[in-house]
Amino acid sequence: MQSHTKTKQTKLLSVIGDEDTVCGFLLAGIGEVSQNKETNYFIVKKDTPVSAIEETFKRFTSREDIAVVIINQFVAEKIRELVHSYRAPIPAVLEIPSKDQPYDLSQDSTVKRVRQMLGLGA
Amino acid sequence: MASSGGGGGDRLQVVPSRMTLTQIKGRLSGANKGHSMLKKKSDALTVRLRSILKQVLERKNQSGDLCREALISLAVAKYIVGEEFKVHILENVDKSSLKVSFHSENIAGVTIPLFDKVSMDQDSTEEYEKDTNDGGGVSNQGLSNHQFHSFVSLSGLSKGGQQIATCSENFRKAADNLISLAELQTCFTLLDEAVKVTNRRVNALENVVIPRLENTVAYIISELDELEREEFFRLKLVQNWKERESKSAQEERERLERTSQGFSSFESVPQRVVDGLTLNEEDSDIIF
Repeated sequence: MQSHTKTKQTKLLSVIGDEDTVCGFLLAGIGEVSQNKETNYFIVKKDTPVSAIEETFKRFTSREDIAVVIINQFVAEKIRELVHSYRAPIPAVLEIPSKDQPYDLSQDSTVKRVRQMLGLGA
Repeated sequence: MASSGGGGGDRLQVVPSRMTLTQIKGRLSGANKGHSMLKKKSDALTVRLRSILKQVLERKNQSGDLCREALISLAVAKYIVGEEFKVHILENVDKSSLKVSFHSENIAGVTIPLFDKVSMDQDSTEEYEKDTNDGGGVSNQGLSNHQFHSFVSLSGLSKGGQQIATCSENFRKAADNLISLAELQTCFTLLDEAVKVTNRRVNALENVVIPRLENTVAYIISELDELEREEFFRLKLVQNWKERESKSAQEERERLERTSQGFSSFESVPQRVVDGLTLNEEDSDIIF
């Protein structure tokens, strides 16, 4: 019942988060700047408006060449509604802890859904 | 069409005949087969989904820890090298060296993309991004001389280069973990959707399509039965009628024969006129 097909297409990872998180992942080598100066990372500073985060999230999740959106939990918290209503399989949205905000796994949209399903199924 | 047919309830609007009965029965058995197959599919998907659910939670915890670790190493690197190295990193972004490619897997008819990590070594601006995680680990020995010098030149401190290497390594690990987590999450989302759709179909078949077909079959059968009963009754009626007819004809003939023995033949003419039914036999008798 299982078949494998290889596709040559490669996609990027993208980050939305505070400066340190973004820096770290850039250090790991996920950053890419396209020819028209479009980046696959977005640094959220203290004074970054929520609308800008929302706009970036929407842009990243609708980009064809992005497979994973890594987002700091505190950033995701700011646009929780948007993240929670996001259901498409690709790109996958992953929430990760940030340096100076406490990390609460149970706030994660996916974890919430998983918990809900396990709770319903049990 | 009268709704007095069998089964009551919801049924298809069909003409009750033997042919439609066979058609509907065929559809019913098809629906039953489809139902059992979809049920199996749904079960297979659910099994897979459940195993993924657990993995997702595990991976989430794990990736949280890895990210924290990576952030701590970044803080250490920052402390040793100084804040400005972040500026270097941010300025030197060009082409991604860590990407994902896909291959797809088929689970009970649902195509699921699996992510593969693709590391691209490139000798461009970010040499410290080279894939350092092939066994060598964090230590200097794991890095090529060239790379090590690039760290040193970047930081101006030999210790700092090492810290940046550690940091890079940790973030790479975190990214790897996140890629596999993303794979699981994609899997989860797709399977969740597929299970929902399949269950919806199973339920639709179970609660709507199959009962409707069953009702239709029952309706057609009862309708055919009724037709048969009617037919039977009509046959009986005709039979009775014919019997009675032939009996009365017989009696008539006998009576005529008896009377014709005593009386002359023309005296029975008024009788013939009165009873038209006996006329033919009377005639043939006369001809005889």
